[in-house]
Amino acid sequence: MSNQRKRPNGGEREEDDEEDDAEGIGQWERAYVDDRSWEALQEDESGLLRPIDTSAIYHAQYRRRLRMLSAAAAGTRIQKGLIRYLYIVIDFSRAAAETDFRPSRMAIMAKHVEAFIREFFDQNPLSQIGLVSIKNGIAHTLTDLGGSPESHIQALMGKLEAAGDSSLQNALELVHEHLNQIPSYGHREVLILYSALSTSDPGDIMETIQKCKKSRLRCSVIGLSAEMFICKHLCQETGGLYSVAVDEVHLKDLLLEHAPPPPAIAEFAISNLIKMGFPQRAAEGSMAICSCHKEVKIGAGYTCPRCKARVCELPTECTICGLTLVSSPHLARSYHHLFPIAPFDEVPTLTSSNDPRRKLGKSCFGCQQSLLGAGNKPGPCVTCRKCKHYFCLDCDIYIHESLHNCPGCESIHRPKSVSLMEE
Amino acid sequence: MASVASKLYSDDVSLLVLLLDTNPFFWDTTSTTFSQFLSHVLAFLNAVLGLNQLNQVVVIATGYSSCDYIYDSSLTSNVGSESRGSGMPALFGSLLEKLEDFIGRDEELAKEDEHVDKIAPSLLSGSLSMALCYIQRVFRSGHLHPQPRILCLQGSPDGPEQYVAVMNSIFSAQRLMVPIDSCYIGTQNSAFLQQASYITGGVHHAPKQLDGLFQFLTTIFATDLHTRRFVQLPKPVGVDFRASCFCHKKTIDMGYVCSVCLSIFCEHHKKCSTCGSVFGQSKLDGANASSSVNDRKRKAPDS
Repeated sequence: MSNQRKRPNGGEREEDDEEDDAEGIGQWERAYVDDRSWEALQEDESGLLRPIDTSAIYHAQYRRRLRMLSAAAAGTRIQKGLIRYLYIVIDFSRAAAETDFRPSRMAIMAKHVEAFIREFFDQNPLSQIGLVSIKNGIAHTLTDLGGSPESHIQALMGKLEAAGDSSLQNALELVHEHLNQIPSYGHREVLILYSALSTSDPGDIMETIQKCKKSRLRCSVIGLSAEMFICKHLCQETGGLYSVAVDEVHLKDLLLEHAPPPPAIAEFAISNLIKMGFPQRAAEGSMAICSCHKEVKIGAGYTCPRCKARVCELPTECTICGLTLVSSPHLARSYHHLFPIAPFDEVPTLTSSNDPRRKLGKSCFGCQQSLLGAGNKPGPCVTCRKCKHYFCLDCDIYIHESLHNCPGCESIHRPKSVSLMEE
Repeated sequence: MASVASKLYSDDVSLLVLLLDTNPFFWDTTSTTFSQFLSHVLAFLNAVLGLNQLNQVVVIATGYSSCDYIYDSSLTSNVGSESRGSGMPALFGSLLEKLEDFIGRDEELAKEDEHVDKIAPSLLSGSLSMALCYIQRVFRSGHLHPQPRILCLQGSPDGPEQYVAVMNSIFSAQRLMVPIDSCYIGTQNSAFLQQASYITGGVHHAPKQLDGLFQFLTTIFATDLHTRRFVQLPKPVGVDFRASCFCHKKTIDMGYVCSVCLSIFCEHHKKCSTCGSVFGQSKLDGANASSSVNDRKRKAPDS
């Protein structure tokens, strides 16, 4: 399991049999072995090396990626539990001071958890994270569930020291207590970074695991030393993932795997309509008393649309009327998943330049770059199925991977009856 | 050679992509005519080109039913078409020609649409997407390129049905670190443009009257990205974070959000039209959840 995950760009390769060879070589070599860049070299007629035209290859790779993505999207409905409540448990026991990861396990864990927290909030805009650390056999709450990455990172970085034993049960009990209170539409998850090879518990950990299972806590563990039965058992029982990191890069990959929302299991997901407000940001320099700290603040605050109370930060719950307040751009970040644009069709280059449709598309509709290749022959280009405009390959990639809008379709006036849903 | 070029492309060379609102329904309602407005804009563009020899200007027209490039100062074909002889500098001869063409075509397309009750929105999402594609091409061209920015000269009201597309463009611009400046000359305020400028770090300004538009354009929007650090630019007077609902395309400040896919609705539905999940499957559970939320809320202020 963990052996396969280790490969960073495993998807593009056809053969898997040199996996064994790769084990024996140094790490610096592995990148080159994976890449096989020498195979792409070509000689011209006089035997000189020809500069590689990578754009076509690059584009072909991109198209394969796109097809895979759209196939995956068609197979599974977009149903993803996007409201997650995740506790990250970090083991700061004696074992975290080990230096097999440089400079120490502790520092590496903190560094990658920081990156993970940022990535997590990017992908799960409404979700909340809490931090728990294990030290001297006791679990401590570093931060309560909250939606602001900065406060978590600050709390994490302030407490970097390792001591004593580790206790899985104590950590689970504490997290269970916290997560039991959250509303049922949220997904309860625990992610444990475990560096010790033992756990010293005050009671029967099996009972605790059953308790977690009953409360639908999805527990995942990433080990830093070796596989442990109890961790594996915990993950199997609660439906989480268990993996052990072999090196720093692997640890990072394993962590980031937890950032996208897990496929919502039907019985877990109770969909709900939640009433939310989109507050206005107040003018810079305006003065008001905020309802959360009860202090006079100058500038930058948000006004609850229902009761007009001032709050300092989003997302939050209005302390006066209880309305959930979010910033709407935050929600909008994930909308391109909901309304993906169809892949563009490749235009066969063989069509003669007399083709009437071809004449329209002399330059890319997006960036105005000429679509004529060398010698005024039509170069490679793609076309949108809906608006029939032509695009160059670079725009194709940009439109599908970053913009998520077809400039052509957006430049056509839609009658009011046609709604976005039908697209 | 490279060092000379890098000296030329210092941090104050800019590429200005201007999105010009040509929506005829809007210009019908204003006291300032489109030609008066245009003379302010042309003077401004000239000023931008005059600020630095390497400055580049691209104009995209945002129409009612289409969008198109109407001017690109990097193309050589602009120079020399002095055919119009209307006293305009030769530089903008082709701009005016293309603009006229564009408005004619746009009008033809608009005729197919019969009833218009209020001022119809223009296609901001289309022109924003095109501008970003153009800027992406400039980024591709190598390390030496002018600093791009987008300026929206918009007067039409927001089109709520463009919400998702406009937001997608804004996030893409944010990722490319391209600021979107906006100058709103209409009567209502524009939530789209306020959000666009706020999120991408651009300047938003809505001049009270259009007589001195040139003044506003040169003092606020002609400053390049490097200079902005030293200049006192207008601070945002609040940002309108309202969103559009997916069901009726209304702009709302309070609404219902699907917990599965985050779609926004203005009223309670039984089923999410985007992801198909049925709400309140288990009524008991739902009731429990809301009561527990209420409990928590009630507790919160006391503690």
